[in-house]
Amino acid sequence: MSDTHAESVAFVRKTEIPPAPPPVTETGAIKWVRENLFSGPFNTIMTLLGLYVVYWLLSGVIPWILNGTWEGSSIRDCREIIGDTGGGCFAVLGERWNQLLFGFEYPSELYWRPTLAFILLFVTVPQVLFISLPRKLLILTGLYPFLAYWLIWGGSILIPFFALVGLVLGYAAFTRAERINFAAGLAAFVVAAVVAWWLGGFLTAAAPNFLALEAVDSRNMGGFMLNLILGIVCVSLSLPLGIVLALGRQSRMPLIKYVCVVFIEFVRGVPLITLLFVANVVLAYFLPPGTNFDLILRVIIMITLFASAYIAEVIRGGLAALPKGQYEAADSLGLDYAQAMRLIILPQALKISIPGIVNVAVGLFKDTTLVSIISMFDLVGMIRGPILSSTDWVGVYWELWAAACVLFFVVCYGISQYSQWLERQLQTDHR
Amino acid sequence: MTASDLQGADQGFRIGQLINDTRYRSITFQVITLILLVLGIGYLISNLLANLADLGQDLSYDFLAAPSGYDINQQPIPYDSQSTHLRATIVGALNTLIVAFLACVTATVLGVIAGVLRLSKNWIISKLMAVYVEAFRNIPVLIWIIIIFTVVANVFPQPRDFRGDDATASPIFGVVAATNRGVYVPRPYFTNGFGLSDEDAIAEVGDDAVAQAAAQGSVIDWLVILAVLIGSLLATRAITRWADRTQEKTGKRPTTWWMSLAAWILPITIVCWIMGLSWEIPELRGFNFQGGLLMRGSLIALWLALSIYTGAFIAENVRAGILAISKGQTEAAAALGLRPGRIMNLVILPQALRVIIPPLISQYLNITKNSSLAIAVGYMDLTATLGGITLNQTGRAIESILLLMLFYLTISLLISFFMNIYNNSVRLKER
Repeated sequence: MSDTHAESVAFVRKTEIPPAPPPVTETGAIKWVRENLFSGPFNTIMTLLGLYVVYWLLSGVIPWILNGTWEGSSIRDCREIIGDTGGGCFAVLGERWNQLLFGFEYPSELYWRPTLAFILLFVTVPQVLFISLPRKLLILTGLYPFLAYWLIWGGSILIPFFALVGLVLGYAAFTRAERINFAAGLAAFVVAAVVAWWLGGFLTAAAPNFLALEAVDSRNMGGFMLNLILGIVCVSLSLPLGIVLALGRQSRMPLIKYVCVVFIEFVRGVPLITLLFVANVVLAYFLPPGTNFDLILRVIIMITLFASAYIAEVIRGGLAALPKGQYEAADSLGLDYAQAMRLIILPQALKISIPGIVNVAVGLFKDTTLVSIISMFDLVGMIRGPILSSTDWVGVYWELWAAACVLFFVVCYGISQYSQWLERQLQTDHR
Repeated sequence: MTASDLQGADQGFRIGQLINDTRYRSITFQVITLILLVLGIGYLISNLLANLADLGQDLSYDFLAAPSGYDINQQPIPYDSQSTHLRATIVGALNTLIVAFLACVTATVLGVIAGVLRLSKNWIISKLMAVYVEAFRNIPVLIWIIIIFTVVANVFPQPRDFRGDDATASPIFGVVAATNRGVYVPRPYFTNGFGLSDEDAIAEVGDDAVAQAAAQGSVIDWLVILAVLIGSLLATRAITRWADRTQEKTGKRPTTWWMSLAAWILPITIVCWIMGLSWEIPELRGFNFQGGLLMRGSLIALWLALSIYTGAFIAENVRAGILAISKGQTEAAAALGLRPGRIMNLVILPQALRVIIPPLISQYLNITKNSSLAIAVGYMDLTATLGGITLNQTGRAIESILLLMLFYLTISLLISFFMNIYNNSVRLKER
């Protein structure tokens, strides 16, 4: 090695300098905070404002929850316990919980029945929501409506049993006769079902107390249970009706098309509350004199019609989104209209419309609170009516409304999250 | 001539062709539908007539001319309990339009701000907006209306709290008094307008005719203001067009912002000055505030709840609209040398608006329909006057509800009509 080099240069580094750690301000949390929260004067102001809002919200809510009391049997007890701490009087929720859930007229010794029906919902709904579950479980889902009706309304088990038998027989007749064509299948279905129901009616009348649960009138339904019943029943019923309306609107037959268009546009153009007024005061005028079926059924009919118009529009969007080639392919295979729709068009169109249908379902579930305006005691009606006007709990509005908000939020947020998950699952294109 | 045609000609028309031949089948179906439809409607109408005959009623709108006999607490046009039901209906319709218009404006502002902020890079702000959107979308609007109404009625100070030296509450900026009876805001009026607006003169004469003349005069005043604003709008558009022409001719775009600003501010200022715009400020006299404009708690509740609730939906629409514009558009515009403001105006907004506006309009429609929930907090809109008190007093359920539905239907159809015109005008021109 030459020494000249060593003399001319004082020091030569033989090894690479180990990389210095990045400045503190450029790593980890500090970098994130700098880039996301304080990247400029405007952003800094926004962050501070946002922090203030968060502080303001939390400073209001946290003491209210932490200092709140769950004990006491009236607002006066609460006031004594809480004092000036600004806590909430959550005792009302404990004392009136059953009323919030079931209404104030449902017999309290029978609360286990709707509760059981609600729990069974978790056994019957997942196989609809998650395609990966075994398809055989769908039989449970099919049985559920009849079981739930029996549990909630009571009466002889023969009524829901024969309703089910009628549908099963009708379906059997449909599969036999469908080989001729779809219309014949439909006719066979109707005939078989009606005959079964008619015979079932005789048998039920003969043995009205066979395996009977104590009957509960539908005007005794109330609370969150009523919202759930209305929501689930109306969404399930309006889906097939919506499909029919959407297909009708696409039809090339002018009469059928315009009947559907007029119905859909009319229902979408008026507020739900006017339809509920119709259910409440007008519908009776259009029924044969002397008939009088109960309000909950009339409300279910009107809400179902209402929801079906919206679902029809969603499905129409799905139908319109299908390329024309799908229709032509079905035609070229020689399928008739019913086959083409059932096997080719609807499966694809419905898949596209699922997010929209779920949106309608969430909206509809929220709209079930409107029945409180026609003096039915759903969750909102219970809070506004019997609970807030009772002398024990007058003025405990924050806690009650918060409970209502939480109940609705949990259900609706859950459904919308499911819809987003499903949308990702069904997404087969690349982005 | 194909073989099948020849065959058909040979055999003539057979009855089976009505079902099996696609040429005739649609006619068969439509005839069947028509018969069923006519039978169904006929059945309903015969029921209706039978029911009406049983009750000794008839269908007529004579009741609209009878005195209503009830008071309405918010009267955009002169009204008292001696006025007819028709006038009550019109007052109700105006109240519906007032709250719907107010809510549309604030919901748009709120929704655009929240939608843009939810896309902000600022973590706190975007999460806050997400919480806002999810919380309000997933809880029924009826609950929000009632909660805000409860807040106004129970949390806002009473008018007497404003009184004396030890007042616990004071008007905001000395002019807006938020009390539990509602919010008192200054009322604009014209001392030199077209109507007899001198309040003292009216009070002295105390004549209905004079009061009516004054009311009509003030309507003319406001129409003049509206005309001036429309003129300003046209003027600014003319300025933009002139700038476009100049740019095309010379390649340089003249600075126009000060011209537009002047076109908006100058005419309205001059007109207001000529007509003598003054503000009537609410003052505490006795037990209550006098003068000014009272926005009742029910109006505030409905207005705020509808705005905040619908704002959450609009925020999602705005977010979707902005996300729908690919980043390449911004970059391409920048590569062409456009300034950021022009990029927004010429490239991003026109495309985003095409996505945003149709759902936005249907949100406006929803606001109008949801405003019918006014009845829950006692705001006297059309549903509360015509569908509520008038219906209950006269017992004319069918007529009232028909009229009610027609009103909402007309508004919906009008709005969809304009939306279709807009959609056609901004549709992508495909060649």
